[in-house]
Amino acid sequence: MPENNPTKNGIYGWLDERLGISPILELAMHKRVPEHKHSFWYYWGGITLFFFIVMCLSGVLLLVYYRPGDTAYESVRQITYDIHFGWLIRSTHSWSANLMLASAFVHMFSTYFLKAYRAPREFLWWSGMALLLLGMVFGFSGYLLPMDDLAYFATKVGLSIPSVVPVVGPWISDMVRGGPEISAFTVSRFFALHVVILPALFIPILMLHLGLVQKHGMSIPESEEAKPEAQRKTIPFFPNFAMKDLAIWLIALNVLALCAALFPWSLGPAADALKPAPADIHPEWYFMSSFQVLKLFGAWFPGASGEFLGLGMFNLGMVLWVAIPLFDPTSKSGKWGRRATWFGFLAVGILLVTTIWGYAVLPPTP
Amino acid sequence: MSDKNRPSQDPAPADDSRRTFLKIAAGTLGACYAAGMGYPIYRYLASPVEKAESATAVKEVVLDNAATLPKNSALMFKFGSQPAMLIHHDDDTWTALSAVCTHLGCTPGYEPKEKRIFCPCHGGVYDPKTGANIAGPPPKPLTVFQVKNLDGKMVVSRA
Repeated sequence: MPENNPTKNGIYGWLDERLGISPILELAMHKRVPEHKHSFWYYWGGITLFFFIVMCLSGVLLLVYYRPGDTAYESVRQITYDIHFGWLIRSTHSWSANLMLASAFVHMFSTYFLKAYRAPREFLWWSGMALLLLGMVFGFSGYLLPMDDLAYFATKVGLSIPSVVPVVGPWISDMVRGGPEISAFTVSRFFALHVVILPALFIPILMLHLGLVQKHGMSIPESEEAKPEAQRKTIPFFPNFAMKDLAIWLIALNVLALCAALFPWSLGPAADALKPAPADIHPEWYFMSSFQVLKLFGAWFPGASGEFLGLGMFNLGMVLWVAIPLFDPTSKSGKWGRRATWFGFLAVGILLVTTIWGYAVLPPTP
Repeated sequence: MSDKNRPSQDPAPADDSRRTFLKIAAGTLGACYAAGMGYPIYRYLASPVEKAESATAVKEVVLDNAATLPKNSALMFKFGSQPAMLIHHDDDTWTALSAVCTHLGCTPGYEPKEKRIFCPCHGGVYDPKTGANIAGPPPKPLTVFQVKNLDGKMVVSRA
């Protein structure tokens, strides 16, 4: 790169010749980020990334004391009550997971309504959807690991859902569970999934996602695209955008610390198949909508067919959602652009209504 | 939130003191955050060490039914967090000593045939009655505890 770079000598020069750092720095120095009235939404991907990083670090710390299998509950009990600050590490892990999914949803809907999925960013949308899906499997598998009563019954319910699929359903459920009932085998399987398989899938897709953002730059909404290029405002990525990003990460850290410290994650009594399930058992909020849809279809169409139908409807909706860049590919706001917007409103509406409905019909906490 | 009015390229010289102040403030804040996160993580990771330290504060261990131990044999037990051994000698006397080799910390064992305490790691040999290091690399004798027989229970305590 540039020969007049004054930092070219010494250790930096030695490393640069071998690793090629300066083109990357050069890119970071010259990168600019669009600035307009919707640029607030640009930060949500970064917030999601921040919570993911915290989740990885706190997860590694939990790994130091967590023991899957028969001792799972006892080890989480130790982490929560015996080990200094174990409750805080555990609470940070659960809270960052929940906050990560929450900010991922904000990120997804903001990019949806700003039409950031349009060409050439289709793979950003698809990789993002894959990350969200994996994130939810992370949540589901992590939920069982403490093996308290809530974890046990929530997983029991969750794993009985695939069994309504004809023919292969029960087989899938049994294979995931490692037997007909949730046991120490299930915990070990979920543990392997949670700490090895999912990260091994998640991290490369995340790298692709972040790499594509660098390749294509931030998408700009139609209102900005309509302006001539000279009138569009941008700010330098470094230091301006990076500083704002850092400030927002600091806010995210504070929110996380407050949540984790003031509302520590609880640990129920050890799982016991012979005890009745807790009265107010319900899935995590990010599964509440699908849970309620299944319940409704189950009530409207009694028998396994209702649940199957509900599952089918939900999956159809998901497929349409993922495929949206194919229906609305170009930046010209035509008929399909408006339809996509309405479809987005419909999706948000259904998710919100079914989630609130799901919480409203829960029996009160004893 | 606009950065238009904050030039990051050519700061006026008058900005220098303000800039220094901001740098110090940001550094202090960063250090506070690092400490706020580092302290719980350190205590979390150090937890078993602290627990083991409080366990070594143990003054006395009671070994139920240890009085039935046959002559010329030894019983391994834990004194606090560390291994120790109780030896019943041929002459009906008892010795309790730490079973942590003073060389490099292996656990030595009592050998009834040779009537010695032997550490297999590097061939350290100790006297079973006094704990004295009599052969091999150990630099110091083993710590000897007091033993009392209370109605068949052996009470081992720090000398």
